[in-house]
Amino acid sequence: MTKVTGAQSLVNSLEAAGVDVMFGIPGGAILPAYDPIYDSKIRHILVRHEQGAGHAATGYAQATGRVGVCIATSGPGATNLVTPLADAQMDSVPIVAITGQVPGPAIGTDAFQEADIRGVTMPVTKHNYLITDPNDIPRAIAEAFHIASTGRPGAVLVDIAKDALQMETTFNYPKQVSLAGYNPVLEPKTQAISDAAALIAQSKKPVLYVGGGIIKANAAKELLLLAEITGAPVVTTLMARGAFPDSHPQHLGMPGMHGTVAAVTALQKADLLITLGARFDDRVTGKLSTFAPNAKVIHADIDPAEIGKNRHADVAIIGDLRNILIKLNPAVKAQFAKSAPDLTPWQNEVYTWRKNFPLGYDKPADGSISPQYVIERIGKISGPDTIFAAGVGQHQMWASQFIGYEKPRTWLNSGGLGTMGYAVPAAMGAKVGAPDTTVWAIDGDGCFQMTNQELVTCALNNIPIKVAIINNESLGMVRQWQTLFYNQRYSNTSLESKRIPDFKMLAEAMGCVGLRCDRPEDVDKTIEAAMAINDRPVVVDFSVFRDAMVWPMVAAGKSNDDITVVRSMAPVWDSQEL
Amino acid sequence: MALHTLAVLVENSPGVLARVASLFSRRGYNIDSLAVGPTENPKVSRMTIVLNLEGHALDQVSAQLFKLVNVIGISEMKLSDSLQRELLLVKVPANPITKEIAAKFNAIISDESDGSMSLEAVGEKASIEGLLAALKPHGIRELVQSGLVALERGASTLADRTLTTMGTANESNPDNKTADYQN
Repeated sequence: MTKVTGAQSLVNSLEAAGVDVMFGIPGGAILPAYDPIYDSKIRHILVRHEQGAGHAATGYAQATGRVGVCIATSGPGATNLVTPLADAQMDSVPIVAITGQVPGPAIGTDAFQEADIRGVTMPVTKHNYLITDPNDIPRAIAEAFHIASTGRPGAVLVDIAKDALQMETTFNYPKQVSLAGYNPVLEPKTQAISDAAALIAQSKKPVLYVGGGIIKANAAKELLLLAEITGAPVVTTLMARGAFPDSHPQHLGMPGMHGTVAAVTALQKADLLITLGARFDDRVTGKLSTFAPNAKVIHADIDPAEIGKNRHADVAIIGDLRNILIKLNPAVKAQFAKSAPDLTPWQNEVYTWRKNFPLGYDKPADGSISPQYVIERIGKISGPDTIFAAGVGQHQMWASQFIGYEKPRTWLNSGGLGTMGYAVPAAMGAKVGAPDTTVWAIDGDGCFQMTNQELVTCALNNIPIKVAIINNESLGMVRQWQTLFYNQRYSNTSLESKRIPDFKMLAEAMGCVGLRCDRPEDVDKTIEAAMAINDRPVVVDFSVFRDAMVWPMVAAGKSNDDITVVRSMAPVWDSQEL
Repeated sequence: MALHTLAVLVENSPGVLARVASLFSRRGYNIDSLAVGPTENPKVSRMTIVLNLEGHALDQVSAQLFKLVNVIGISEMKLSDSLQRELLLVKVPANPITKEIAAKFNAIISDESDGSMSLEAVGEKASIEGLLAALKPHGIRELVQSGLVALERGASTLADRTLTTMGTANESNPDNKTADYQN
């Protein structure tokens, strides 16, 4: 075997793992790795902040289904990755982070740029490694990619001491990975499938409660089949937007805090939740003890720890969701052949709610642009093949509500951690993974100011994303809560970003095209102008109505029965039984 | 108090104790005692964890624990089906009364000097507590206790089941809690 450096072994391992692109920034401890990276066929994209590298890896992974890779140096380089690692882990996104560490003999001495990143990231990763022996590098990389991408996907960090990168070793990539303590169950048990099918056949008021797991498992096609076999209404959580076509007649939209009245109410009134890759998050359930009080629960998930974590499951199905649905669909079909439940009254009821309580918004009285309108128009003009990445806050909720999603992996957002600043770098990563697809970042003026420097990366590396800043000169969601719950005392939520910074100039300074729009009648032509630019990133500053709010809303900690359609207005129900 | 004892086989790798401790800390599970040591297999360590589970289901704790990549197998050690022992070393005044208590509880006098003695006792939690309660009125000067260790009764071993079987606790009826989590 020829001798190579640990660094060369690392790069060879990444190539062997199938990596085609990685996002990173060099620094002292990782520097040995950057020498072989210089010659590697792997495309390295030099970002401007490590957080950008992490979110870019996440955006890449969410858009493509492949493992995203980011790389940084020790100490601050590594700690800057903590937020994107936690973000990816919460949303079950497969990413691998490579970090340099101070040389082995210096570990534990508070050396320059030393941080115990394995210790720091232990609670926010699926697994992590500290490598001090160069012979361990190929195995660690192979395991990291295996762990990140299989089972419930997640974030894995491999921290490598600088001297391990410099020492000589032999490169020997393992053909297969075998871990004593890690064998995700992929095939569901037959009994679980038949128990589930039996429950479905008995249900008069079922709802398909669809989570992000359907997208992770590439099971959208199988889900569509189950929906059509059962006739059950479908709700898609924030992480599952696009898992089921918004245009489908059985779709009720998103459940939860800002879900549609029909989706929230259908869950509340259901007698059976067919839960597929969802985790009964508090933003979906509201006050847990009052969530879906009459429903039995089928809970299908690849992660056994999700079963019974928040809500008791009457039938648990552990396995890969695609495998589960491939078995469940014929089982349900067979049950229905014997006796199919009549869902007509239930369907009529939920579709009436959908008709009576559609999503909507008011035109601002002052003639300014409604933020929902901008987002809705971008969705319409750009179309369902577009990938949308949102930041976190009001614009995120509106982007979930008012863009129609028809396909998986077209809606990227930070659902679990709620990371402001996610949109621009995630859109960058998505565009790198899907260069022929239009990628829009729907961002807020607050979010944008956290990570916009990655537009420099985009401009220099021919990554022509489009960014819509929904500029309400506020931390809008926080302001909404101040309006509703803190007597309109707007403590520290005014960003004054219609005055400073000048987003158009800022965009141009970063090598992008900067556009501005502040009249409703200019919205379409501005979007069309942005759509026409494909050689550079485009940033559009949409100056929107400041006091627009996200509706419907279930206040934090309240029961989903207390949903309000607009401020202080609960739905007026036609049906007596509500 | 809802005490449960878990035997946990883990890979003998750096940081594994921190991973387990970090998991318990961040999910709010209370550890009553934790003992860890080598096993017959040099690649595997065994932890015995006594948990005080107020408001958490044992199955959920086991499932979360089993998600750690370095955790190979978990089994609940019930008092009825397992040997459970703690070690106590306690320093008390040496006099006829304390010596009588020591004899009654089968504690060994391991050291005696200057009117003080150190007792060594091995037993189930209840008997150790009994010994301490008896000694307390006579002046306990210092004590140290190990965490509880447990080994199931009978010929079956957690290690064998872990190495020879595949599949986790994966029941369609989650009420039917299986004790073992194995790979």
